[in-house]
Amino acid sequence: MLASLYLVPPTRIEPKTSEKLSFNMSETATHAADSHHGFAHPMPVWQLLAVFFALIALTILTVAQSTWELGSSELVVSLIIATVKASLVILFFMHMIHDKPLNAILFLGSFIFVALFLGFTLMDAAAYRDSIEFKKVEVVTTAE
Amino acid sequence: MSNTTITPDAVHAEHGHEDHGHGHHPFQAHHFDDTQQQYDAGKLGIWLFLVTEVLFFSGMFCAYALYRARNPEVFTFASQFLNANLGAFNTCVLLFSSLTMAWAVRCAQLRQRFGLVLNLAITIGCAALFLGVKAVEYTHKWDMHLLPAGYYIPQFTQTAHHAGVSPWLYRLCAIPAVMLVAFAVWFVMTKIKGEKRHSEIAGSMLFSAALFFVGVGVGVGFQNAEAAAHAAHDDGNHEASAHADDSGHASAEHAHAEDSHAHAAQGEHHESVADSYAMASTEPATGSSTATLVPGAPTLDMVDQPGGAGIFFSIYYCMTGVHAIHILAGMGVLTWLLVRATRNEFDEEYFGPVDYVGLYWHIVDLIWIYLFPLLYLIK
Repeated sequence: MLASLYLVPPTRIEPKTSEKLSFNMSETATHAADSHHGFAHPMPVWQLLAVFFALIALTILTVAQSTWELGSSELVVSLIIATVKASLVILFFMHMIHDKPLNAILFLGSFIFVALFLGFTLMDAAAYRDSIEFKKVEVVTTAE
Repeated sequence: MSNTTITPDAVHAEHGHEDHGHGHHPFQAHHFDDTQQQYDAGKLGIWLFLVTEVLFFSGMFCAYALYRARNPEVFTFASQFLNANLGAFNTCVLLFSSLTMAWAVRCAQLRQRFGLVLNLAITIGCAALFLGVKAVEYTHKWDMHLLPAGYYIPQFTQTAHHAGVSPWLYRLCAIPAVMLVAFAVWFVMTKIKGEKRHSEIAGSMLFSAALFFVGVGVGVGFQNAEAAAHAAHDDGNHEASAHADDSGHASAEHAHAEDSHAHAAQGEHHESVADSYAMASTEPATGSSTATLVPGAPTLDMVDQPGGAGIFFSIYYCMTGVHAIHILAGMGVLTWLLVRATRNEFDEEYFGPVDYVGLYWHIVDLIWIYLFPLLYLIK
């Protein structure tokens, strides 16, 4: 019987007007910020478009920045711009700004481990030598 | 909005979906108290999966970081083979697909069925467009023998920047071409039979397959433009040595700037590389036995060693290839969502699947946001 629920498309109720739904309000204690939509947070269209155009602008900036003469800080600057773009995607498109803090802590925590991973590997690589160096050891004899 | 739904009887409309007498949402699983708990549980699950995805890609980013830190000249040399215009185009395509994906989540929450199906179809289409451009990039490199370490053969890079379509591209496009024809036939049949829901699915698939070939066209167009600019550039450089050729180089530069702004930037790139390595190279470019592609640039013998450009291309193919596999998997999951959306299965209580797939898709976009400057925009 349970399986039949998933194999057969269930009957759908017709699209609602602004009335509340009949089957959820009686049972659930929803943390509804927006009672019209329950626990859903539909993102406003203007926000979607604003974030998109900001991302495009930052992409243009990224390409432009690659033509600037920045020397050794070029990598840092391009990574900073990429991180700003990533933050926009994470906070808005991925709804983290409206999400439970636990999810944010989890996801951002993964970057701590990435930092450990890269940090230790690069630290180790900085200690590489091209060849084995024999350390000079003074042989101390106990002879007279 | 009109929907292709099965109209329930009056009892069901009043009590919700009491298909088996529990009185809860039909897509709420029985081990959850309510739909919000189900949604929150699924959210946690997908965020955990995204953590594993970040760590998965960080392995390759670690290889990149390590190798670039220790061999910066290899990266400078090899980056000239990556077309930054195509990379920027692909970035914009993926950003747009992220927009339509986030919009699809909104449509699911608001029961806007048509908007949901449309946005999912456009997301899949953008993914196909991205893969089309990728196909051109890859086959162009295979033509120039820019292969992973072990297969990389430096002397063939002398034939770099040739125009035209690679024969590999025809082989790579064979399967998408078959799919395009199959979707077209299916779409026409559903239209003839009047199966509206199936024709929506078939139409979306046909749209995506067509966009793959649009991507191929865009890729070929950009490659040809770059090859034409480089043909003008190389003609001015073949006669004299690097140091004496400044006037010829400058005239080629002018031809460059007239072609396109993007290639003026690339010409400046060669100039700056030439300036920085002019002091480093101890022998004139023409006199040396190892020819260079750009006078003054790192010579092939500098980068063509066991730790050389072949490993850069290993890293390049690994990172972009794994990313492309993620795109393919995402297209498959999005197609499943599209089918469910045409059945009108999502509403403000049950939009989790759209939301979760959206999160996955944004991670794929995020990875590319980092890949683009790190691989394509190295000076």
